[in-house]
Amino acid sequence: MRVDATDRRIIKATQAGLPLAPRPYAAVAARLGMEEAELHERLRALKARGVIRRIAVAPNHYRLGLVANGMSVWDVDDQRITELGQRIGALDFVSHCYERPRALPHWPYNLFAMLHGTTREEVEALRGEVAAILGDACRGNDILYSTEILKKTGLRLRPEKG
Amino acid sequence: MMLDSTDRAILNRLQDGFPIAAEPFAEVARELGIAEADLIARLQAMKDAGVITRFGPFLDAAAMGGAFCLCAMAVPEADFDRVAEIVNARAEVAHNYRRSHALNMWFVLATETEPEIARVAAELTQASGHEVLCFPKLQEFFVGFRVAA
Repeated sequence: MRVDATDRRIIKATQAGLPLAPRPYAAVAARLGMEEAELHERLRALKARGVIRRIAVAPNHYRLGLVANGMSVWDVDDQRITELGQRIGALDFVSHCYERPRALPHWPYNLFAMLHGTTREEVEALRGEVAAILGDACRGNDILYSTEILKKTGLRLRPEKG
Repeated sequence: MMLDSTDRAILNRLQDGFPIAAEPFAEVARELGIAEADLIARLQAMKDAGVITRFGPFLDAAAMGGAFCLCAMAVPEADFDRVAEIVNARAEVAHNYRRSHALNMWFVLATETEPEIARVAAELTQASGHEVLCFPKLQEFFVGFRVAA
């Protein structure tokens, strides 16, 4: 299912953030020239369809003192990946957790989990916790630290075509 | 900025989702046992201090009819800057990080349609002379991230 022109206007009006005011949706609706009730309804529908994953805050890990972020990668038994992925994703120090395809022979890892800590030593300890949970269902692992942001523009709706 | 326990409770609560309602801040404030004005003031302070990078809807590119894919390349150090320039010049590249591994360049492609991912990856392989490996998401286990309360 695609988003229609009104949905796109709503997304564009809110993608930079919601107003920090007692009636944030009323402010957005007024700007768009629509009834607040219609805005609620459309936002609920966009959420139900998964276009909006959630309406929430994104914390800045660096400002929270979590300066060490490691992309940990694991070669997990395919038979157990779903069960174990859910357990790893539920850990409070893991922010993103995905199953991705291996790229053999160079890349044997199929589970990716982003680990956050205040130091690399702390991240290494968290990596140990993950290893303990995966146990013998894991044949190997590695961790990749980001050493430089080369580009970061994020996801934005493209301008309308035509 | 030093966060107190109320700030941390707010961050954790609002990562779970913000209500769609006439007075959503009042609802969340009631849950947390604080005043609505206090909640809004604290959010504003955390936003101003850069503790919160964004507050609003998080979009799923695929559900909007677009596609997303994590990609990686192994680029020799001597060639790194040239390749980074080629990769970053593409509008389809949303993020690009240097990482400590033989696969040392990791970036996300965001395109309007699924087939464009493979096409852009092939074009980048051609232009850079290094193979672009694609790691599309097969399953998502994301649950969230908690600040020590």
